[in-house]
Amino acid sequence: MRPLSYARADDPVAAIALVAAHAEGAFLAGGTTEVDLARQDVLRPLLLVDINHLPLDDVEDLPGGGLRIGALARMSDVARVPAVMDRFPMISQALVLGASAQLRNMASMGGNLCQRVRCGYFRDVTSPCNKRDPGSGCGAMNGFHRGHAILGVSDQCIATHPSDVAVALVALDAVVHTRGPGGERAIGIDDFFLLPGDTPDREHPLGHGELITAIEVPAVPMARRSVYLKFRDRQSYEFALASVAAAIHVEEGTVTGVRLALGGVGTKPWRARRAEAALFGQPASEDSFAEAAREELAQATPRPQNAFKVDLARRAIVRALNTLMDGEAR
Amino acid sequence: MSTNVVSPPAVRGPQAGTVVLRVNGQQRKLWVEPRVSLLDALREHLGLTGSKKGCDQGTCGACTVWVDGRRVLACLTLAVTCEGREVTTIEGLSADGSLHPVQAAFIARDAFQCGYCTPGQIMSAVALLEEGHAGDDAEIAEWMSGNICRCAAYPNIRAAIRDVRDTAGGER
Repeated sequence: MRPLSYARADDPVAAIALVAAHAEGAFLAGGTTEVDLARQDVLRPLLLVDINHLPLDDVEDLPGGGLRIGALARMSDVARVPAVMDRFPMISQALVLGASAQLRNMASMGGNLCQRVRCGYFRDVTSPCNKRDPGSGCGAMNGFHRGHAILGVSDQCIATHPSDVAVALVALDAVVHTRGPGGERAIGIDDFFLLPGDTPDREHPLGHGELITAIEVPAVPMARRSVYLKFRDRQSYEFALASVAAAIHVEEGTVTGVRLALGGVGTKPWRARRAEAALFGQPASEDSFAEAAREELAQATPRPQNAFKVDLARRAIVRALNTLMDGEAR
Repeated sequence: MSTNVVSPPAVRGPQAGTVVLRVNGQQRKLWVEPRVSLLDALREHLGLTGSKKGCDQGTCGACTVWVDGRRVLACLTLAVTCEGREVTTIEGLSADGSLHPVQAAFIARDAFQCGYCTPGQIMSAVALLEEGHAGDDAEIAEWMSGNICRCAAYPNIRAAIRDVRDTAGGER
């Protein structure tokens, strides 16, 4: 790892000012991505401002049934908050199915949203990568890309967004609250994650020195019976090949509300809006689920090694919705 | 002067400086750069070589220690961030040369071959029992998945954890 300086902040304003004043400054929360990538020479911070002592780790109820999750709340702690388990099981399940117990104890919720991709070419500084080194090319496109994305890809980048919990948060229309040198703002989570397009190096709209302070989850009554399903090469401690966050509301056999988002297949946590639109007003049947899943994946751009993800994601959607319907029948 | 003015945090490094850690109940003073990991601080500066360096990238779990009682990866933790926190390593698991019940169970169940991952496995296993995640083998496997064993001693590791779980007081 290159030499770097360190400062421990006790106040958000001071932390933001310090990072903003240093071009190569960065916030340090759990460090599970940042320390790793600094050691790999992928990230080259000259100053790390330790924000772990800032008072941003509460999980609070919002009037009406929503939640405000402090950016520094740890994945393991959020997963076991009763309000999260009761009202948003897809969040709790996604958290527990991510990483390992040790990493979940370290990693913060805000940091989770900022985690970098796991593409081997991004992590290897001797490989071309448009995300790490714009204009250098993409090693994955014609290289090893079995785990890469089939949705939201560009000819510059096909790296998969690695987060699990972000998939649930996208399904729930969460809002990311930030504070920066220019003040506070709120960003809808679907707008927080940027498609790679021609600028794969830009993954989110945060400015330099802008700090995530909280993630707000609005009340979504149907999420009380929601699910996060994750499919991967091994049973635990592995990133998704495909995952689904799902909630459904059915009245007299007809779908009157549905939330669907996909992980492991998109360059960003993927809200399955086409599938949602296809399901609305339809009978809550496996045929409808399969048709909706087909419509969502019709826009996929698979490559030779990851073409299997089209079927996998389709079946994952159907499985998730069937699982919820089975729960309803009991 | 207004009392609302927040003084900027002190910037340390990049050169080495004094870092004071509390490790296994003792205060230890180190002379390290901010980029030094907790794992390197423990092994190279404090001579506590029980915590192992397997991958040094947060994948294998061999470096598992506790910070403020929570199991974490020492390789992805910068030592300087642990000032004011309580660090516990395998050397601090048990006092005066006696074995912790989980250490004894690992021996009784032959829960290792080469032994390289064992300190991390044990630090994780004790934490898992205290967390209450040892309900059945599937739960143990899931919550121990952050500790890789190249020798695949997993069945015996699970057996050791079950033994301690089933001993009165094994699980809080």
